[in-house]
Amino acid sequence: MKKKRIGIHELYAKDPIEADRLLWGRESDPASRRGFLKKAGLAAMSLALGSKIVHASEMPAGLIPTLLDQPQSDFELPGKHPDLVVLNDKPWNVETPAHLLDDAITPADKFFVRNNGLVPEDIDVDAWELTIDGESIPEPITFSIAQLKELFTEHTYQLTLECGGNGRSEFNPPAKGNQWSTGAVACASWTGVRLKDVLEHCKVKSDAVYIGYYGKDVHLSRNPKKVTISRGVPIHKAMEDETLIAWAMNGEDIPVLNGHPLRLVVGGWPASVSGKWLTRISVRNIVHDGPKMEAPSYRVPKRPVAPGETVKDEDMKIIESMPVKSLITYPKTGAMVKKGQSVKLRGHAWAGDLSVKEMHISVDFGATWQKANLKSAPNRLAWQSWEASISLKEEGYYEVWAKATDEKGISQPMVVPGWNPKGYLNNATHRIALKVS
Amino acid sequence: MSKEEKELSKDELDIVQRIVQRMNVLVYASFFIAVVALFNIMAPDTAERWLGETEKEALPEAVVDTISDDLIENGIHIKTGLIVDDGFNQVKATCLACHSAKLVTQNRADREGWKKMIRWMQETQNLWDLGQNEDIILDYLAKNYAPEDKGRRAPLKNIEWYTLED
Repeated sequence: MKKKRIGIHELYAKDPIEADRLLWGRESDPASRRGFLKKAGLAAMSLALGSKIVHASEMPAGLIPTLLDQPQSDFELPGKHPDLVVLNDKPWNVETPAHLLDDAITPADKFFVRNNGLVPEDIDVDAWELTIDGESIPEPITFSIAQLKELFTEHTYQLTLECGGNGRSEFNPPAKGNQWSTGAVACASWTGVRLKDVLEHCKVKSDAVYIGYYGKDVHLSRNPKKVTISRGVPIHKAMEDETLIAWAMNGEDIPVLNGHPLRLVVGGWPASVSGKWLTRISVRNIVHDGPKMEAPSYRVPKRPVAPGETVKDEDMKIIESMPVKSLITYPKTGAMVKKGQSVKLRGHAWAGDLSVKEMHISVDFGATWQKANLKSAPNRLAWQSWEASISLKEEGYYEVWAKATDEKGISQPMVVPGWNPKGYLNNATHRIALKVS
Repeated sequence: MSKEEKELSKDELDIVQRIVQRMNVLVYASFFIAVVALFNIMAPDTAERWLGETEKEALPEAVVDTISDDLIENGIHIKTGLIVDDGFNQVKATCLACHSAKLVTQNRADREGWKKMIRWMQETQNLWDLGQNEDIILDYLAKNYAPEDKGRRAPLKNIEWYTLED
């Protein structure tokens, strides 16, 4: 057996504080989790960097110095499962293999990362402020997180977030952007206050059309004047019970990569409307016009187009509810089973604003379909778990395909759906490979 | 997810071949195996400590793998993952100023498609005018990161087979 070599990033992924100690002998202040206690580790880290660390006392514990943070090396992110797949590291875009999404409620370490900019560096929860302003708010109001918790009723919902570009890698001709396969989706349990309650407190006017969020993430160009992304939803979606200003995921602080300390969570719509590192919500009397609201971002052609066709900006529409879709989360693709062996299958299905009515699986490339046992959702906009069992009588190569049908009778296509310039909304049936011997 | 095994580089292959040519190495190898076997029989505890699986108690070998900027293997610049070809330096200096090389290497487009991406970055992402470098960069991207025809649905690939018990 080979002795396992563990890279700096894997070490940090496992336990950042321990990694600090192992690598540098570093101990940081346990209260602030910053600095170097008794200067332990500072010299070692400085030596490796070949320069003095300025502001060492402010350096957060468990942080890999950027200079050592080589973009190309295979590694994992602190707080994220080591088997997540890094598509992009500047900005971070990391997807979850289907078999790691088996939990009914996605754990934080398996929650995908889709960032447009750089993660804000100095997050001070106590000093964090959220301002509600815009044409349809009479007087801007600013809240601290403590005030949000004090003034409004807390709610918890399981909400499915899926990136609009999930599945992009299958489009032909290829669409630019992060080449997601199936893993830009998750359903966690979110805790916060209803956006509705906050907007009503701020006396939102009847002419409100749209909300637009602003967050603290840094633009890739590092130009502080440039907003990374500022999207939003029509006021009717903003006022739904399940639309939250959240501070917790699965009862814990939201991971920094996923928007700590405060974010919007708008289930069922492209996850880009659920702004992270939230500092401001503008209630607009027009359709919000922040960066990445404009065509072609998060828009699809109004009418079906041929693959590769040029589509004018004015012929594109904003994506709203995500389409019906499902995943096989057990077994992991590549299972080898025996003839006649009973194989349990599991997964989840979701359908944007709608619920999923039926779930089917096929082991003969869609020729025949077997109905799966589908659970109802714990609340609106949460994915629904399903299970089925198969037993294959003949040897050979099989694919298990999963197909969900929403409450309106619309199903997932078996081939890649309508091509669109930016490669959004691929909800083709998920497939796993199986061999019988 | 297992990382792909790296293919042997030319130098490594040369070394392997040279070793194979020197067949007398085998003689030493057999001798070594005999000694190990004998040692194992005579002092099993010590042998296990010396030769056995040490990873149980060993701490993970922390490797600060700062990859050299000069390292090129099989035409790939290891630090960035980019293909080394005419225009590589311009791409590295221009594109990687803002974003990861992965945003280049995971995408495919023809010349026109890459040009559109550059225009989009110039219009919305503060990318500067590339001047005469634009043609060099476009040539590089169109040649090395051209689209492949995937059909309407590609076969499943990169399957790692494993036995699923009852």
